[in-house]
Amino acid sequence: MRKYSLILMFVSLFAMADSAVNDFFYSSGKIYVVIAVLVIIFSLLAYYLVRLDKKITQVEKDRNEA
Amino acid sequence: MRKYWWKILSIVLIIYAIFGGLSFPAPDDVEILGKTIRNVSYHVPMWFTMLILLTVSYVYGLKYLANNRPKDDSMASSFIKVAMLFGLMGLATGSFWARFTWGFWWIEDPKLNGAAIGMLIYMAYYILRNSIEDEIQRGKFSAVYNVFAFPIFIVLIVIYPSMADVSNHPGAGDSAAFSSLDLDNDLRKVFYLATIGWILLGVWVATLKYRLTEIKRKDEEI
Repeated sequence: MRKYSLILMFVSLFAMADSAVNDFFYSSGKIYVVIAVLVIIFSLLAYYLVRLDKKITQVEKDRNEA
Repeated sequence: MRKYWWKILSIVLIIYAIFGGLSFPAPDDVEILGKTIRNVSYHVPMWFTMLILLTVSYVYGLKYLANNRPKDDSMASSFIKVAMLFGLMGLATGSFWARFTWGFWWIEDPKLNGAAIGMLIYMAYYILRNSIEDEIQRGKFSAVYNVFAFPIFIVLIVIYPSMADVSNHPGAGDSAAFSSLDLDNDLRKVFYLATIGWILLGVWVATLKYRLTEIKRKDEEI
């Protein structure tokens, strides 16, 4: 019984968090949705830049050893 | 970690600028600007980044003339290339904004024409570079051109617009600067950090370009 109540508690917690997230994104004419889109685009670009940086570092290392 | 922290900082600052620039309070009711006053957190950092990158390039141009080290030439040319990318982003965002603020993609204005001529000067830098085969000669011509171009560029893009009597561009000539519009310091909370973030990102991309140029140059030496 205690196990179920724990699960129930978690589910209700997630539901609460979910509605809080919803409230946030539906507020201010949904501008936060646009912000989230921009953040996703920029994050992926930044991730690509990090990958590129690492690849160039690897090439530099290979050249120096050779 | 010690080497990477500023790259992480640039990403964090730009994400903060995307978030803050769009959702924080701002003076949204200034004459014809409307909500486009928020562009100050996006369009203006492009130009600041360009200026910083060109300053770095200028310093490396001088260093090349003093020491004749090929890697200083790689540094100078790489930073100019990435600076031009940021300049183009500044021109494109500005032009788009102008269409919906003044009704035209481009107008006769000291700020706009100064920026355009300044960029053409650096376009000529590439024409000069690519027309010289010999590495040492190319380095010297490029460095001399760079060292002369930079002060003219500063005059065209900073001094000339601010001394002009009439300009439609905010912050130039007789138009109000954002410092006088931003009475509650709302824009400053985003703008300064956005500028630092974009400058760091610009330097990051430029150093990547530099490292690639150096790899290619060393390959040619062998």
